[in-house]
Amino acid sequence: MSDPLDLPVAEQAARVRDAADPLTARALVDASLARIAAHNEALNAFLHVAPERARAAADRVDADVAAGRDPGPLAGVPLAVKDNLEVEGLPLTCGSRILGTWKPLRTATSVARAEAAGAVVVGKTNLDEFAMGSSTENSAFGPSRNPYDVERVPGGSSGGSAAAVAAGLVPLALGSDTGGSIRQPAAFCGIVGFKPTYGRVSRSGLVAFASSLDQVGPFARSVADARRLQAVLEGPDPLDATSRAFVTPGSAATPVPRGLEGLRIGRVAEMTTERRVVGTEGVDRVEGLRAQLDAAGATAVDVALPAIAEAIAIYYVIAPAEASSNLARFDGVRYGHRAEADSLERLYAKTRAEGFGAEVKRRILLGTFALSAGYADAFYKRARGAQVALGQAFAEAFERCDVLVSATTPTAAFRLGEKTGDPLAMYRSDVLTVAANLAGLPAVSIPAGFNEQGLPLGLQVQGPVGADALVFDVAEALERQLATCRYVAPEEAA
Amino acid sequence: MSVATPRLLIGIEVHLQLKTRTKCFSSSPVSFGADPNTLLDPTSAGLPGALPVLNREAVRQGIRTGLALGCRIAAITKWDRKSYFYPDLPKGYQISQFDQPLCVEGAVEIEGDDGQLKRVRIRRAHLEEDTGRSTHDVGGSKSRVDLNRAGTPLLEIVSEPDLASAEEAVRYLEALREIVAYVGTSDGNMQEGNLRCEPNVNLVYANGDRTPIVEVKNINSVQAVRMAIEFEAQRQAEAYEARGETADNTPRSTRGFDDVRQVTVHQRSKESADDYRYFPEPDLPPLRIPVSYVEDLRATLPELPRVKRQRYVDGLGLSAYDAGVLTADPVLATWYEAALAGPKGQRDPKAVATWVSTELLRYVNDERLALGDVALTPEGLGELVDLLDEGTITRRTAQELFREVVKSGASPAALVAERGLARVQDTGAVEAAAAAAIEANAAAWADWVGGNEKAKGRLFGAVMKALAGQGDPAVVAQVLERLVGEARGA
Repeated sequence: MSDPLDLPVAEQAARVRDAADPLTARALVDASLARIAAHNEALNAFLHVAPERARAAADRVDADVAAGRDPGPLAGVPLAVKDNLEVEGLPLTCGSRILGTWKPLRTATSVARAEAAGAVVVGKTNLDEFAMGSSTENSAFGPSRNPYDVERVPGGSSGGSAAAVAAGLVPLALGSDTGGSIRQPAAFCGIVGFKPTYGRVSRSGLVAFASSLDQVGPFARSVADARRLQAVLEGPDPLDATSRAFVTPGSAATPVPRGLEGLRIGRVAEMTTERRVVGTEGVDRVEGLRAQLDAAGATAVDVALPAIAEAIAIYYVIAPAEASSNLARFDGVRYGHRAEADSLERLYAKTRAEGFGAEVKRRILLGTFALSAGYADAFYKRARGAQVALGQAFAEAFERCDVLVSATTPTAAFRLGEKTGDPLAMYRSDVLTVAANLAGLPAVSIPAGFNEQGLPLGLQVQGPVGADALVFDVAEALERQLATCRYVAPEEAA
Repeated sequence: MSVATPRLLIGIEVHLQLKTRTKCFSSSPVSFGADPNTLLDPTSAGLPGALPVLNREAVRQGIRTGLALGCRIAAITKWDRKSYFYPDLPKGYQISQFDQPLCVEGAVEIEGDDGQLKRVRIRRAHLEEDTGRSTHDVGGSKSRVDLNRAGTPLLEIVSEPDLASAEEAVRYLEALREIVAYVGTSDGNMQEGNLRCEPNVNLVYANGDRTPIVEVKNINSVQAVRMAIEFEAQRQAEAYEARGETADNTPRSTRGFDDVRQVTVHQRSKESADDYRYFPEPDLPPLRIPVSYVEDLRATLPELPRVKRQRYVDGLGLSAYDAGVLTADPVLATWYEAALAGPKGQRDPKAVATWVSTELLRYVNDERLALGDVALTPEGLGELVDLLDEGTITRRTAQELFREVVKSGASPAALVAERGLARVQDTGAVEAAAAAAIEANAAAWADWVGGNEKAKGRLFGAVMKALAGQGDPAVVAQVLERLVGEARGA
């Protein structure tokens, strides 16, 4: 009999909600904590595990069930939370030294909504410092490891969450995606990762990296599981003015069990012939799947989106610009790390020099430069103009097709240290994911099978703004139609 | 070098704290004088993960103020981040408005130095959040930061350099303060810091030379504005004449006003201009302001002080002086207008104005009261004015009654009825009193009958005394004249 921790989330929650079923939230959470205890040392997926808080929460879920109260659609399901999301009472590091021993006073809206739906937070997961990176190697607390090959990165910045789900430590995790930080690690770890339309999920309690691009989203082992978590996260929040209601159906909309018949699947040349990046195995893999999509009745549509070629350049101006401002509050005055200094200016300089890692400093410098008088027109303002044009190009593309299908990443997970010496190579690995953030689109990465070394690859589905439900519907159809689009546990894949 | 008298150019930036219950972008209350760091929330303390959410009331008060300043209200406005590091700026940036301010192109009318009406143009008025407050120990060993003020909504009002003297600058600030008091959007109190101003001052010479613009900070009173500008005019003229300092060879600078020494002190040159790295605030969507919303606010705006003053003179026939006194404070003007409105239509504006501007204000000033704390209501004063106007009571009774009801708040009409204070017009009563007076003052009576008109006063006084001051002097005189005529004819 399979371990209940490996069941689909819907089944776990249904059994926990069923008072007659012996499976309890406590049992699920204990199982998760046991796996974390067994495997986290090898993976460094969790920065902080919260057994007491988790067990207490699980017991409340079980008490609710016993008392005839419904704990919600995620009843008792263990949840890992990226450590740039606030959870009251648990440390918050953002993978940085600068926050010191800071403990937040409240819980992020997204986490609170998952908890209100019965999910149980078991701990905080590793990330690139302030979500800046594509490998978790920029964490001040050491990199996380890819469960398929611990010598390789799990991707980033939400690498800890992806590794935790891929290794089976938790069925669900939360991440944040600013330029691919959910989708890229999902691809590298062979799981599902969803970035909602910008504004679907509240950012309140998410430590901001690039406010206009950041979105919180789910990791899971199946599209249905991811959708189940996403459904409880979304909706306007009075604490986030950029969160909003949409006229298009939300992720909670009843999944349309559809095939691929009649679906116009867009193929963007610029996302397939990208030759400037080293390695195209991811692209080749997805290209190889297209014949199966056509055979299943989908209509292939070639879509020109030349603006995508500029996406990386736009992204690496706008994201650092916003980051340079968002990270100004970490100054040693009110909380977190404070250096000893004899003047105010020295206090700022020393605190930030000691507290921030190299990549964060690089991006603060990039962003400060891009916003400076004399340069803002050539960089920040030009990038904003190009961003608007990119959004329009996407809108036009979606007049000709329903969704865009591409690879999520050009390659499978790279080796630890392979790209740390070459930041531009690291930046370029985001080439297929950043455009969705710049245009605010919903996008999901689902497993697309394995390369020759047995490393997972990802397939990305992007939809028009607000079409989160459609993206999920299509991802479920692909997952059903294509044998390779399913999660395979690391030990089975090996 | 020309030493012809230069022209003084003054523009003023005013930071006005708007009266809202909560902060501009978060839910902490706004108040003055609370214990340090007690009015905080994650957003105004700049904690990680906390986001700003716009307080619509700040926008509403900003628009109302802008309308009162004759500004055009933007159809779409947006927020920008202004970045710099300082301990009382919790986020490392201030949420402000850079290129799409809420209000543009207004004007404030003042009396110019030439006695003519002068329009001081307002370039823009934008919303932003206030910073916290830093205090530094003498000796410099410790600094303290109080973030209570951080996030309080401010309207920054920027005038064009249309002011030509310290006096005009003072009149501009007073006009501004009066306007915001009328629309009720700010307390406009310089001492409490809810109206802060920074004049930009320079000189223009007949030959076209201009001295570099100096921005003066740390000004905490109207008197300081006057002194700082006068000092700057003098200092810049000397620098120009002695060293030939002009805008072409000297950078703009910021100087601080030293209250004790009454001088301005150099703070920093703008050569190394601050780079605030403005960019659109990504946490707050741009705000669309419907025309109908603005028009609703315009329609409900109270009559502004200059308009009201003009109406008091042109419409009510008051003197410019009385109109000025009555409109100096919107609460007083409202009180006056309430007293003016009688049940049978408008009372005599001048009569009511005299009561309010002399008797009522004297009482308020003597007792150091706020108008709101006076027991007498405008309706009460109206009653008093009516009783006098209808001839029911004498002026002397009216004044005595005023002194009583201003304290008690009792109805004058009720007191008159209760105490029988209505003046005596009944000729029967007057004749009885006259007969008694003649009997008691037989000698004087005989004198008068005999033709000595000086004796009349004594009898008149005796009758009035007998009537306890409530006799109608005209009736008394008439009765006595008739009686003396009869006696002489007999």
